[in-house]
Amino acid sequence: MSLRIVVTVKYVPDATGDRHFADDLTVDRDDVDGLLSELDEYAVEQALQISENSDDDVEITVLTVGPEDAKDALRKALSMGADKAIHVEDDDLHGTDVIGTSLVLAKAIEKAGFDLVVSGMASTDGTAGVIPALLAERLGVPQVTLLSEVSVEDGVVKGRRDGDTASEQLEASLPAVVSVTDQSGEARYPSFKGIMAAKKKPVQAWDLSDLEIDTDEVGLEGAWTAVDSAAQRPARTAGTIVKDEGEGGKQLAEFLAGQKFI
Amino acid sequence: MAEVLVYVDHVDGAVRKPTLELLTLARRIGEPVAVALGSGAENTAAALAEHGAVKVLTHDAAEYADYLVVPKVDALQAAYDAVSPAAVLVPSSAEGKEIAARLAVRIGSGIITDATDLEAGDEGPVATQSVFAASFTTKTRVSKGTPVITVKPNSAAVEAAPAAGAVEALAVTFSDKATGTKVTARTPRESTGRPELTEAAIVVSGGRGVNGSENFAIIEALADSLGAAVGASRAAVDAGWYPHSNQVGQTGKSVSPQLYIANGISGAIQHRAGMQTSKTIVAVNKDAEAPIFDLVDYGVVGDLFDVVPQLTEEINTRKG
Ligand SMILES: Cc1cc2nc3c(=O)[nH]c(=O)nc-3n(C[C@H](O)[C@H](O)[C@H](O)COP(=O)(O)OP(=O)(O)OC[C@H]3O[C@@H](n4cnc5c(N)ncnc54)[C@H](O)[C@@H]3O)c2cc1C
Ligand SMILES: Cc1cc2nc3c(=O)[nH]c(=O)nc-3n(C[C@H](O)[C@H](O)[C@H](O)COP(=O)(O)OP(=O)(O)OC[C@H]3O[C@@H](n4cnc5c(N)ncnc54)[C@H](O)[C@@H]3O)c2cc1C
Repeated sequence: MSLRIVVTVKYVPDATGDRHFADDLTVDRDDVDGLLSELDEYAVEQALQISENSDDDVEITVLTVGPEDAKDALRKALSMGADKAIHVEDDDLHGTDVIGTSLVLAKAIEKAGFDLVVSGMASTDGTAGVIPALLAERLGVPQVTLLSEVSVEDGVVKGRRDGDTASEQLEASLPAVVSVTDQSGEARYPSFKGIMAAKKKPVQAWDLSDLEIDTDEVGLEGAWTAVDSAAQRPARTAGTIVKDEGEGGKQLAEFLAGQKFI
Repeated sequence: MAEVLVYVDHVDGAVRKPTLELLTLARRIGEPVAVALGSGAENTAAALAEHGAVKVLTHDAAEYADYLVVPKVDALQAAYDAVSPAAVLVPSSAEGKEIAARLAVRIGSGIITDATDLEAGDEGPVATQSVFAASFTTKTRVSKGTPVITVKPNSAAVEAAPAAGAVEALAVTFSDKATGTKVTARTPRESTGRPELTEAAIVVSGGRGVNGSENFAIIEALADSLGAAVGASRAAVDAGWYPHSNQVGQTGKSVSPQLYIANGISGAIQHRAGMQTSKTIVAVNKDAEAPIFDLVDYGVVGDLFDVVPQLTEEINTRKG
């Protein structure tokens, strides 16, 4: 038996950098370093563990939709141990929203062929957390999302979803889409050997015509949503800072009382 | 007046606060029609009517509890088809966002997630989003189809606005995908008796500086003196000192209370993402250089093991 896993990974601006918007109100990608979204490292990690725990012949493909530099994200995932990569890149994709992105990802996943899709819980820039559900909807397969524990055996995926009011055990037959949280287990660091091996792994490039997607369904023009304005939140006015010299707790109580919290 | 569909988040008929906030926002763009699903759905009607729902569409079936997300999408789509609303509003829980997104794709609409405000506009509802760890505020619209918008807790005040709230049975036919993901077991989260983290007016959090699960008693005591919810940084959660359901930040809960008290938390960008929009921020940290102090209205540089118990005692004394 073989098991084809596609891991979706996003290339994002570093959250610790000074992120801002470009003139067309899309994410400025020039002034902040980009990287593989940290939350997608967990997806790569779980795919690798599923592979390591499987008797099947597992092949892991990492897939990204993004600009030229998004190759860095693919390389990182390959150096962690994924087998091959697909990069969907097209100038007309600039400014695509979640509906459009899910369309492109779904078409690419179908073209690649899959038994299991593994995604992160959310990106660290857009942070919508909806792409995995959208992929399940578009691909017509079960959605097994936001898992803090996941396993695959005999064509069945199981996992634990820690929700708002309850923790649930989930189960679905493959093919399926899963997403994993940052509670699913630390992602491994690429080894030196992994980094060297990644350089030789295949990266396939597809554009919109390869996926038979019309340009009016994607990009800023085709977007289902519009951003009218983006404004930097004014810096918080500097507060009062006191050093505790034995009365710090009482001083803080005085402040809270003044603000009517007590 | 146009109708606005509001998806109801409830636990066995008890409507959760974010849904009541949604009704406030919905009334700015039209007449709220609520959709309540699952066990106890009909019991939501009184609270929804009191806050402005003109109609409450209800449906119960075992599928809502036994299978993940899709049965609810099928039902919301049935309500959409029945009402032809001007917009669909859904609370921004993890599940709410997934339901909303799948509905959007089915009805050929765009979706805006995690709105923090909503107002009527010439070209449809305009949402406010707080993005990049709350360092930017954007105004966004859905430009194709019927706007589907998920709204974060604490985005509007709960307002009494009595309306008819007539209960109507919703007819739902489940799709063949509805039973794809089975829920084989469910363990309800234990109630702590403290307010819900995302809904609390005051949140008291502890981080790595708390240094051990037993020490969280200090944080809880302060929280209880203020009637607050307890939060934790990921460092404290990863160390196993406090449950993940209490984590505040990018991969935990995002909170926006009147008062947030951070104890032994450095203020990393991913933590700030979940609390930066709090009205008043207070921190106790022994490192005067900790980035959390850039955010505070009031900060105490000191050892939390001295400051926090003294604060708790002082509050309890003042309360008498
Ligand atoms: C601040 C901000 C706010 C936004 N708000 C909205 C909005 O309200 N509505 C809207 O329609 N669009 C919005 N967008 C655009 C949206 O972020 C992009 O369309 C993005 O490509 C997909 O959404 P996400 O990053 O939020 O994905 P999420 O749903 O958070 O991502 C979940 C998972 O999907 C996978 N994934 C996501 N994107 C890619 C990709 N490009 N390649 C490979 N895998 C991927 C990853 O596995 C990821 O972990 C916003 C963007 C920004 C920067
Ligand atoms: C993708 C991603 C997602 C993340 N999501 C989250 C998230 O959702 N929530 C989150 O919190 N983090 C998140 N993080 C982690 C985040 O980057 C930080 O590592 C984390 O917030 C640090 O927690 P902390 O402030 O408790 O610990 P530290 O950064 O170690 O800070 C501890 C602080 O306690 C102070 N201290 C120590 N002892 C005392 C004492 N006795 N009295 C007073 N002060 C004391 C120290 O001076 C220090 O400032 C995420 C990271 C990534 C990469």
